[in-house]
Amino acid sequence: MRRDRVSTERPPAVVVIGAVLAITIFAIPLAGLLLRAPWSSAWSVLSTPEALTALRLSVVTSLAATAIAITLGVPLAWVQARVPYRGRGFVRALILLPMVLPPVVGGIALLLALGKKGIVGQYLDHVGVHLPFHVGGAILAETFVAMPFLVLTVEAALRSTDRRYEDAARTLGASRLRVFRRVTLPMIRPSLIAGAALCWARALGEFGATITFAGNAPGKTQTLPLFVYVNLEAGNTDAAIILSLVLLAISLVVLVSLRERWLTAL
Amino acid sequence: MSVDAAIRVGLGSFSLDADLHVDDGEMLAILGPNGAGKTTLLRALAGLAPLDDGHIRIDGVVIDEPATGVFVAPELRSVGVVFQDYLLFEHLNALDNVAFGLREHGVPRSDARARAATLLAEVGLEDHARVRPRALSGGQAQRVAIARALATEPRLLLLDEPLAALDIQTRAETRRQLRSVLERFDGARILVTHDPIDALVLADRILILEQGEVVQTGTPDEITRRPRSDYVAELVGVNLYRGRADDAHIRVGDAVVTAAGPHAGDVMVIIPPNAVVLHRDQPSGSARNAWCGTVAGLEHLGVRGRVRVRVDGALSIVAEVTPAAVAELGLTEGTEVWAAVKATEIEVFPS
Repeated sequence: MRRDRVSTERPPAVVVIGAVLAITIFAIPLAGLLLRAPWSSAWSVLSTPEALTALRLSVVTSLAATAIAITLGVPLAWVQARVPYRGRGFVRALILLPMVLPPVVGGIALLLALGKKGIVGQYLDHVGVHLPFHVGGAILAETFVAMPFLVLTVEAALRSTDRRYEDAARTLGASRLRVFRRVTLPMIRPSLIAGAALCWARALGEFGATITFAGNAPGKTQTLPLFVYVNLEAGNTDAAIILSLVLLAISLVVLVSLRERWLTAL
Repeated sequence: MSVDAAIRVGLGSFSLDADLHVDDGEMLAILGPNGAGKTTLLRALAGLAPLDDGHIRIDGVVIDEPATGVFVAPELRSVGVVFQDYLLFEHLNALDNVAFGLREHGVPRSDARARAATLLAEVGLEDHARVRPRALSGGQAQRVAIARALATEPRLLLLDEPLAALDIQTRAETRRQLRSVLERFDGARILVTHDPIDALVLADRILILEQGEVVQTGTPDEITRRPRSDYVAELVGVNLYRGRADDAHIRVGDAVVTAAGPHAGDVMVIIPPNAVVLHRDQPSGSARNAWCGTVAGLEHLGVRGRVRVRVDGALSIVAEVTPAAVAELGLTEGTEVWAAVKATEIEVFPS
């Protein structure tokens, strides 16, 4: 009985005001975008070759970055979750770093390391691998910024799985690699999907690290967020708004489709 | 086929030191309280926890021996395990759970599924092939787990508390089914349990483990008749009889035990000592069992503060009563008493 009364009790007014203001901060910019959208010119903006090129490049680079993040991030998550080695805390901080680092700083760091005159980049340049101002640079910048989302989600899932299922699989004749493939991976599937989707959304929206490290070369490294920025700077507001809405729509679709999985995975 | 092991494992301050031997077709029960080292022992046999010292041999082949550096990985051991809570893979249906081991042993998918279907039928679950583990009852999940463990024809089958996950109502029935399902497997079997009834009903021999050490081994009859320590007496000090059932009446020697339900053929009868009530005069009441006898011995149980009273007669029985009852009834050796038990307290299993 008491529990019922507590749950129907009104929250304090101050809390409600704070919460409403917080929601407003989230909602106002969205409303601005939607209300000012020049819907009539949407088609003409979206059908320009430049916009389509930027959109295609964004899709290709973000998917490539997600693929790399899955291929390398899942093993990393496994090591972080399962191998108690010295320096694990340090590596964890390293993984978290791109999430808190201003992307532009990440871009500069990448440039100093992998740029034409960078500590590693100069050797890469010799063997014909050019990252800055090339598609590869855009993909690498996006991977750097987005991979933590995948690693952390998968690591949390691996930590919470009941490892006795893996024991059971081994007694049935599965090697450790086969156990991972046939038991562990299916168990963490919801988290892997959630992590990959978040990673992809982050890669798709990447701006700072990409423009700093990979540059703003149309058709090579000028992804959609960069294209939006260029249009805004050029006074081309209509195009900037329409393309922003495209990015917003994609983010919303990811969030809505993940809602259920988020709840079950985390 | 036989298993021969000297298991030495240290886990911090706890150490497990147990020797055991199981013959082909034999069922050994490892009985002990929580924390006795039962699960550690089982994990060592399965290869999930390597030995610190000692050896494990199956059919004379060493699969773990730290002294010689031999350690066979669990997936190469041919040891089947039915885990506590069964651990069926949630992303696979019952059929694919059973086929899992066969697939890992290189059997093509269609062959593995056909074989798995046969195994499911053998445990009476042919209609549940497409069912996900979540939708199975506890008893059904247990049978799928047994079929899964036996699919790869292991030489040793380990069962970890196979009945602990079930509620009281289904336990007795599932225990009976477990017996008949396990009879089809002719390899060595080891059952780990904390429930003396599981051990007495299912096992050919019982090994009692306490704080990592073996305190007694023997057949169920030997252990219940001659518990070698107070601890064992408390753990398995039940009244165990073999008799012949005719409906609800079971003839045990010269006495008749009346059960709550009908049974047939050779049976095992278990009467918990704390279900036995002692009277100086013949108790009245129709559905109760009452046998006359004389007190042959009294023994204080330290831990529970109760007294075990041995009564010899047509049916020799042990009762566990309070010291107050002993005083009130004036029980000493030679006192004539009636031992009474409600039919519902008596457990009967096919022998």
